[in-house]
Amino acid sequence: MKYIDEFRDSNIAQKIADRICAEVDPARQYSFMEFCGGHTHAIARYGVSELLPANVRMIHGPGCPVCVLPIGRIDHALTLALERNVIVCTYGDTMRVPASGGMSLIKAKARGGDIRMVYSASDALRIAQENPDREVVFFAIGFETTTPPTALVIRNAQACGLANFSVLCCHVLTPSAITHIFESPEVREYGTIPIDGFIGPAHVSIVIGSQPYVQFAEQYRKPVVIAGFEPLDVMQAILMLIRQVNEGRSDVENEFARAVTAHGNVTAQALVSEVFELRPSFEWRGLGEVPYSALRIRPMFARFDAERRYDLVYKPVPDNKACECGAILRGVKKPTDCKIFGTVCTPENPMGSCMVSSEGACAAHYSYGRFKDSAVVIA
Amino acid sequence: MIKKNYIRSLDVKNGCIDMGHGAGGRASAQLIEELFLAAFDNEWLRQGNDQASFAAPLGRMVMATDAHVVSPLFFPGGDIGCLSVHGTINDVAMSGAQPLYLSASFIIEEGFPLSELKRIVDSMAQASRAAGVPIITGDTKVVERGKGDGVFITTTGVGVIPPGIVIDGAGARPGDAIFVSGTVGDHGVAIMSKRESLTFETEIRSDTAALHGLVAHMLAAVPAIHVLRDPTRGGLATTLNEIAKQSGVGMELDEAAIPIASQVDAACEFLGLDPLYVANEGKLMAICAPESAELLLSTMRSHPLGINAARIGTVTDDPHGFVQMRTRFGGRRMVDWLSGEQLPRIC
Repeated sequence: MKYIDEFRDSNIAQKIADRICAEVDPARQYSFMEFCGGHTHAIARYGVSELLPANVRMIHGPGCPVCVLPIGRIDHALTLALERNVIVCTYGDTMRVPASGGMSLIKAKARGGDIRMVYSASDALRIAQENPDREVVFFAIGFETTTPPTALVIRNAQACGLANFSVLCCHVLTPSAITHIFESPEVREYGTIPIDGFIGPAHVSIVIGSQPYVQFAEQYRKPVVIAGFEPLDVMQAILMLIRQVNEGRSDVENEFARAVTAHGNVTAQALVSEVFELRPSFEWRGLGEVPYSALRIRPMFARFDAERRYDLVYKPVPDNKACECGAILRGVKKPTDCKIFGTVCTPENPMGSCMVSSEGACAAHYSYGRFKDSAVVIA
Repeated sequence: MIKKNYIRSLDVKNGCIDMGHGAGGRASAQLIEELFLAAFDNEWLRQGNDQASFAAPLGRMVMATDAHVVSPLFFPGGDIGCLSVHGTINDVAMSGAQPLYLSASFIIEEGFPLSELKRIVDSMAQASRAAGVPIITGDTKVVERGKGDGVFITTTGVGVIPPGIVIDGAGARPGDAIFVSGTVGDHGVAIMSKRESLTFETEIRSDTAALHGLVAHMLAAVPAIHVLRDPTRGGLATTLNEIAKQSGVGMELDEAAIPIASQVDAACEFLGLDPLYVANEGKLMAICAPESAELLLSTMRSHPLGINAARIGTVTDDPHGFVQMRTRFGGRRMVDWLSGEQLPRIC
């Protein structure tokens, strides 16, 4: 753990915290969005907010892959498991995401659905090879980080002529979602989006590089600092963002230079574009339809595309009307501004995307930070 | 002349459990005699009754029961057998009681190899002897293939609380000191390292152990311990939340003080799990008044099962029952109830 512990050192954290305190302009507010669930998790788990001055606020973005997975897509996986007798393989944290009618994959498993938690896409491929008499579908979710492994198993499945394997592709793209935060039709009704800068994704950027953020930073005049997932990375990135804001810059900077390059992993990118193509539009839970924000399997690999193989037709399922996820994901509202936060909507019974996984804005606040709300109430 | 029956003894090496072993006839009797009785041998079992009668000592009696289902059945540091003995002894002991007797009930799946059953039963016998708590009655059932997961073992224990000892989950008071008897998360990580879908190399062994000796040692020094509990399923975090709720108090933990083996820490890191929510089978959490804190800690550390004991926090006055933690990083967060099962994160 030596390598990791160095990035969790409380003495260095305090030094960065002191620098942040010294450099912030007390006369202004700083609001930064960490796009990724991994950053949200680090901030919550290590209590990073506690080390920040009161005028620096972190807004938890939509980069939690299970949170933004729309109900209609989980319904597809449920249909396959319960009605088509398919073995559905999925990453662990997808199991609990609520679907229509109070269902989830974990509940479908209890009702006899053959649903298997896997740690990698290749585990799903192996399950298909071991069960030649059964149809096996890999429920592929995630951002650019998990996309190359899915591309690889599709290519491998084709290479070995595997007839019982397909992929329910729900892979989504980071840059288009970041842009959508500023551009969506809803933004007009919210007025100004109070975001001064972004902490850019860690693992996603290893794959796509830092280049894709450049146009965004220029166009919207918002600084982006790509940061690793360790708490010191996050602290350092916040300091770098504060400096950019103070200096009036909006550059793409790379705090995570130990892993991220300008152009990313070109081999992985080539693999992804060989197997996948852009979807014209894709629904994100909490953000709604986002143009060109997701991938689907190219016709050349059609037989591995579960949507085609099983003629799945997408039906959107709306969230609870009182749900404020759209405003929370854009920093316009805080979780506690939502009427159903912590009452109807809890991690046990999530109503909207931000409560679904511990990386979502509302769940992170509920599970790690709600003691702060009670302190206010008592005072 | 009637010839004496010749009964071929159980083929422990190659044999399997079949439905006959659960039918209550000769095969059942033979299984009990040659396997269970031979291993657990004691005066109560030898009487061959459907129940065990024993003289109850004076004092408040304690009874606890625990069903054991674990996959895999054999794991680094233990197996379902010793686990089923330790688990119930610990549940009894967390009341401050001296555990006296155990019962054991087996649900065995048809086809289960007798060799594995013998390994499990021998492990139980050894654990029960080492703990000085005999298994004095039991039951065996066999279910059809596919209707069980090898073997399920339910054990029940009785014990008696020494006079003057009052230990209760509702007993934590603001200002009290919170202790844990050693490293957390060992058992859960040892089990996960052997799960079919996820084998990884680790030297971590389950911490499964009977804790009544440690409890007696602690009570001899500090009879006024307020709370004891073994943080099994749901880990230390869940146990602390249970106590906070029962006692109507909050807690303030110091993450840096919570002992975690570096390999457990590393395994949890790459699995995306929080060791505070990972199961233990040989650790206890204790709460006592602040004036006894130093004595209790040194007493725990002087026992072989408490060498790594640590004071990890303080009970606070908080009507919301929040368990808060100063993180190693220098921040602060809540340590909430686990919601659902702890599942690996994809990122």
